[in-house]
Amino acid sequence: MDLRGLVRKDDTEWWIEPRGSMRVPGVLYASEALIREMDDKVAEQVRNVASLPGIVNASYAMPDAHWGYGFPIGGVAAFDPDEGGVVSAGGVGFDISCGVRTIVTGLREETIEPVKPKLADELFRRIPAGMGQRGYLRLDDDELDAMLTGGARWAVARGYGRPEDLERIEDDGRAADAVPAEVSRKARDRQRDQVGTLGSGNHYLEVQRVARIPAPEIAEVFDLREGEIVVSIHCGSRGLGHQIGTDYLARMVKRQSDFTLSIPDRELACAPIRSDLGESYLGAMRAGINCALANRQVLTHLVREALGTLFPDATLDVLYDVSHNTCKVEEHVVDGRRKRLFVHRKGATRAFGPGHPDLPEPLRTIGQPVLIGGTMGTASYVLVGTPEGRARAFGSSCHGAGRRLSRHAAVKQFGGRQVIDELGRRGILVRSRSTRGVAEEAPNAYKDVTAVVEAAERAGLSRAVARLEPVIVVKG
Amino acid sequence: MADVDEIRVIGADHRDSTAGSPTLGGQRAGWEHFPHGADIGVRGWGATAAAAFEQAALATSAIVVDPSLIRSETAVDLSCEAASLEDLLVEWLNAVIFEMSTRQMVFGAFTVEIDGQRLTAAARGERFDPDRHDGGVEPKGATYTMLRVAHRGDGAWEAQCVVDV
Repeated sequence: MDLRGLVRKDDTEWWIEPRGSMRVPGVLYASEALIREMDDKVAEQVRNVASLPGIVNASYAMPDAHWGYGFPIGGVAAFDPDEGGVVSAGGVGFDISCGVRTIVTGLREETIEPVKPKLADELFRRIPAGMGQRGYLRLDDDELDAMLTGGARWAVARGYGRPEDLERIEDDGRAADAVPAEVSRKARDRQRDQVGTLGSGNHYLEVQRVARIPAPEIAEVFDLREGEIVVSIHCGSRGLGHQIGTDYLARMVKRQSDFTLSIPDRELACAPIRSDLGESYLGAMRAGINCALANRQVLTHLVREALGTLFPDATLDVLYDVSHNTCKVEEHVVDGRRKRLFVHRKGATRAFGPGHPDLPEPLRTIGQPVLIGGTMGTASYVLVGTPEGRARAFGSSCHGAGRRLSRHAAVKQFGGRQVIDELGRRGILVRSRSTRGVAEEAPNAYKDVTAVVEAAERAGLSRAVARLEPVIVVKG
Repeated sequence: MADVDEIRVIGADHRDSTAGSPTLGGQRAGWEHFPHGADIGVRGWGATAAAAFEQAALATSAIVVDPSLIRSETAVDLSCEAASLEDLLVEWLNAVIFEMSTRQMVFGAFTVEIDGQRLTAAARGERFDPDRHDGGVEPKGATYTMLRVAHRGDGAWEAQCVVDV
């Protein structure tokens, strides 16, 4: 990114001052090195989002921001319905509520070491991953509606999980005010046999070892200890969420002239929060969130079954579940006044700090776990929300590493078999039906997740608690 | 209407460039991918808009499986409508993605006809088979990003957009 258009406020805060149609400034949180790596399109998209009606405070970009559709990926923007604020299907993205869940096992790495290949095979056998793989559940229309209304609570009520899992999920496992009737026939048809599937692309299931603990006092509350094993799942709302994104993006594009919104990019298509289409989208999008939460809950059940066969004593408690493609109604203080805002996080994670009333005990005094997915060869991170984060980007942080190479370039540079062998030599077992998929997701195709996490910490968005390194990787 | 074998040959001829716009010299029709962040741009070209749409759909299929590996066992009829050719491309690719997703199929050949705002098509392919198809990534939806359908100076039509994967 060309630094000339930016005003550097401090080490990690860069402003794009309002000009032209911008209603608020753009604020980018990143180190100078990360800013220089970013595409100029990120700045353009941050400026475009800043021009949308009802935007509050600023159009934000996280340290891992990159060029998205309309909104940058790594973008955060809050809208006030009282000021004509809007909701944008592109501002949430196609994979609604894509996110990460981490499960602590209580197992030591030396305990799983002798049976690692067996565990990898067991997980791969039980977790439907990749193209053409169906889930174990077939939902009729009534059951699909129950899932879209109930989210992870639906899954737990059906026997997939434990009641105590729910408080470790944002919104207690269920997005309120979901309206399944706003979800199209097509979206339903794409989901019939997809509940409890991992998907493809950058989605994964990893068995990870806690490699380093920068914040021991917080790690203790999170039940994380060096040398112990956790399991992380990265996936989203599958075909249903993708189709909701597709349906409503097209509907919003067609209605722009009705709303007399002048948008600089069609992908920014949006609808006033207080409009028929805005309300329809919110109802459908929340159903999409519930689909993702149910999906990760069913996958958690499969993980417990797989580990339970080999390690009956494993605890397998949910540490937390975060979503990084959402629009949520949250209360924030703006200019000294408490406001109910619609916060879009597109490739950004909610990161509430200590004291936030939405957090369950014992996390309330500590802050929310923020789960950051890395690559299959490097590391993932557990962070925690900070007290000062609420005043920055409405309590949000980064979500991952971000790609360095396109999928095409990655396949040209790396062979899938070669990546699997190299990781195998480092003790990382990869199970995938697709060598091409592995090549596209090669660790070197991604930027350095540690640099992103460090920048988020220096910017006060979140604080590093634990570094997780992969031991077993199941990829689609 | 081109026959299946003809389209397969054309697909196999595609150039594997990752950037820049295609020079169409000598090539009647073809497709390619272009990079876009974490996602994939699809571009098809041909003598008519319909031919360019066929090629753009092949490029979308190729996100999942090399189209030359796909057997034409089943034909699926598709149709869609939109007010402009550009919107029609998005609708068309989304219709293909929907069929791939719900039928768990991959397609190696398309025939497209465009009549005003309406597109009718046949997609030929087979059920995804992990033993024969080294599946790449699953397409989620076609976007309006870098969307363009244009009649080029050299007489060919070109159709492109970014597909979220």
